[in-house]
Amino acid sequence: MSDSLVQEVAGKLFADLVPPKLVNDAEAGDFPAALWQAVNDAGFPDALAAAETPGSLAGVPDAAAILREAGRHAAPLPLAETMLARWLLAGAGITAPDAPLTIAPAERAGGLLLHRAGKGWRLAGRAAGLPWGKQSSGIVAIVDGRVALLAPKAADLRPGRSLAGEPRDDLSVDAEVEVKPAAAGVDAALVYRLGALSRAVMMAGALEAVLVLTVQYANDRVQFGRPIGKFQAIQQQLALLAENVAAAGVVASAAVEAASGQGDLAFAVAVAKARVGEAAGKVAEIAHQVHGAIGFTHEHRLHHLTRRLWSWRDEFGVESEWQQELGRLAAARGADGLWPLLTGW
Amino acid sequence: MSDIFRFDPLTLPPECDALRGEVRGFIAEERASGRWRGESDFASSHSPDFSGRLGARGWIGMTWPKKYGGRERSFLERYVVTEELLAAGAPVGAHWVADRQSGPLILRFGNDSQRQDILPRITRGECFFCIGMSEPDSGSDLASIRTKAVPVEGGWELNGRKIWTSNAHKAHFMICLCRTESVDAGDRHKGLSQLIVDLKSPGISIRPIKNLAGAEHFNEVLFESVFVPGDRMIGQPGDGWKQVTSELGYERSGPERFLSSFRLVVEFMRRIGTSPDPRDAEAIGRVLAHLATLRRMSLSVAGMLQKGETVNLEAAVVKDLGTNLEKEIPEIIRLVARRGRSPNHSDMMEEALAYTVLNAPSFTIRGGTREILRGIVARGLGLR
Repeated sequence: MSDSLVQEVAGKLFADLVPPKLVNDAEAGDFPAALWQAVNDAGFPDALAAAETPGSLAGVPDAAAILREAGRHAAPLPLAETMLARWLLAGAGITAPDAPLTIAPAERAGGLLLHRAGKGWRLAGRAAGLPWGKQSSGIVAIVDGRVALLAPKAADLRPGRSLAGEPRDDLSVDAEVEVKPAAAGVDAALVYRLGALSRAVMMAGALEAVLVLTVQYANDRVQFGRPIGKFQAIQQQLALLAENVAAAGVVASAAVEAASGQGDLAFAVAVAKARVGEAAGKVAEIAHQVHGAIGFTHEHRLHHLTRRLWSWRDEFGVESEWQQELGRLAAARGADGLWPLLTGW
Repeated sequence: MSDIFRFDPLTLPPECDALRGEVRGFIAEERASGRWRGESDFASSHSPDFSGRLGARGWIGMTWPKKYGGRERSFLERYVVTEELLAAGAPVGAHWVADRQSGPLILRFGNDSQRQDILPRITRGECFFCIGMSEPDSGSDLASIRTKAVPVEGGWELNGRKIWTSNAHKAHFMICLCRTESVDAGDRHKGLSQLIVDLKSPGISIRPIKNLAGAEHFNEVLFESVFVPGDRMIGQPGDGWKQVTSELGYERSGPERFLSSFRLVVEFMRRIGTSPDPRDAEAIGRVLAHLATLRRMSLSVAGMLQKGETVNLEAAVVKDLGTNLEKEIPEIIRLVARRGRSPNHSDMMEEALAYTVLNAPSFTIRGGTREILRGIVARGLGLR
């Protein structure tokens, strides 16, 4: 399927199956099993693992098209995590459980170690903010170029939630695990970058949804005898909002293209996570201001998107983390290397 | 959402890589000769000698037909030349307006004698233009201009006043937007025309206006019974508004809309070296993420222009985001660069920072103010 067809199919599925009530229920702790079943039947969680070569990133465009739609509809599922987990397992030749999965660590500096125990391996240590840990059927860890599959029951998971009410659990583990070498070229740094890319793409989708909602509201809401969108003060803010949404969309797509083998993945992902994260804050701020009090209520669905933006921009590296990485990467090439870097990615 | 804006991804064709190499070679030679060391702000420089050397390379009017001195290269190739020159701080100011705007306008709407007379001279880097739009009482509200041309034997008699005209004192011609009919209250855009005015004509006085940075780039231009020959009308009388607005995509989406502060970034990087501390690295990274994004957006618009598509909305997006970044760069860098600075510190970075802080106010005014651009975007969103 072409990317745009994948996007269309995914968009329709999420539009039909993710009403606001489902998002609220998921945030209250009900895992949306029927939605997961539909998503799984559509093959979405295998989008990344579908590539024939182990560890290949050829599936990134399809995966990204699906995640952009998941973000647009605030679909409360460990979809990015399961995609990455199945891709890691497939690359390592471990059979993946046919269920929601998650990956560890979701932080840059992982606190997990693998060590030999008799003929097998043990995974030990801690990892904070594990997405959907307790609601997953398997935790896939990548440590020192090795992939381990851990059953959540064998670990101690302290439940937590993100600003968006999505499960983010603290993992503490010392358990025997199944371990295989990761596919060539796959390591924890790459997985972290792909995690950051997933959040950039999900934010790009959510940002587009916020723009549509906010323009609609500005056209519908009447004050002083006319729609508030007719006031220049509102128009100027909405233009700024829209421009940031456009920038986020362009840079997220550029990073997807780079990650699927046509460019500098490390540079492109750092640029995308830093820039989209900045757009997320600005856009959410303006959207709430335009919506006024109604947008601050739990009843209105704007917060399904904005709380995800606030949460996702912090995950897999806050903007400043990626900015520092970019700055170091650029500085290492020297002042006169900056322009070739900008024109060469 | 994707139906509101379109930013098609673009991969530059291979011929652009070879050309980029040639331009970098040219810039390296120029630098080695010590002829210039400039700002990346297109408005900062004026070097007829440099324009002549660039013209000799075939890099002015390079997209135009060969019969008018052009090289029939693509718009994307022109983009590559332009961005390389701006990033290097090359002194492009003399030919800038003629190359970007006046030449293409004459090519598209002008008559053949205008084309044959003027375009080859532009491509050789010998003929410079300025844009006569703003007037003392007409800034963003361009349709309110009052400079007037009335028909006389053999041509037009021009009276009025233009202001903020960059490089009028150094240009050979102005494309002057004027009224050739009195205002029609029902359609203010009617009755406007564009004349090519030879700035050596009797009756023209040009007064430079010093800007807050102490430089004299822009001018007030007074027309007192100036005769303009009839064949210097661009298009038909009354077509002025249509012509002026048709080229906004080119004017608003180019690399000059996000690179004006680029030299400051480079000089700051030179100061902090190859192993910067975290705060310096973060400042550079923040700027870099924006620059990389804007270049993608700007290139995307260039690709759509190459295909002949209308991109006025996308161009407004690029210009607003890009010029905001140009202003934000000195604000980001000064916060880190000012730490522990010795009072007598003087170097290239200090020079670039001073230039950028002082000139930043112009970045979001020239070529369409931020407020006008956001109005265009709001219209694109269906709000007006």
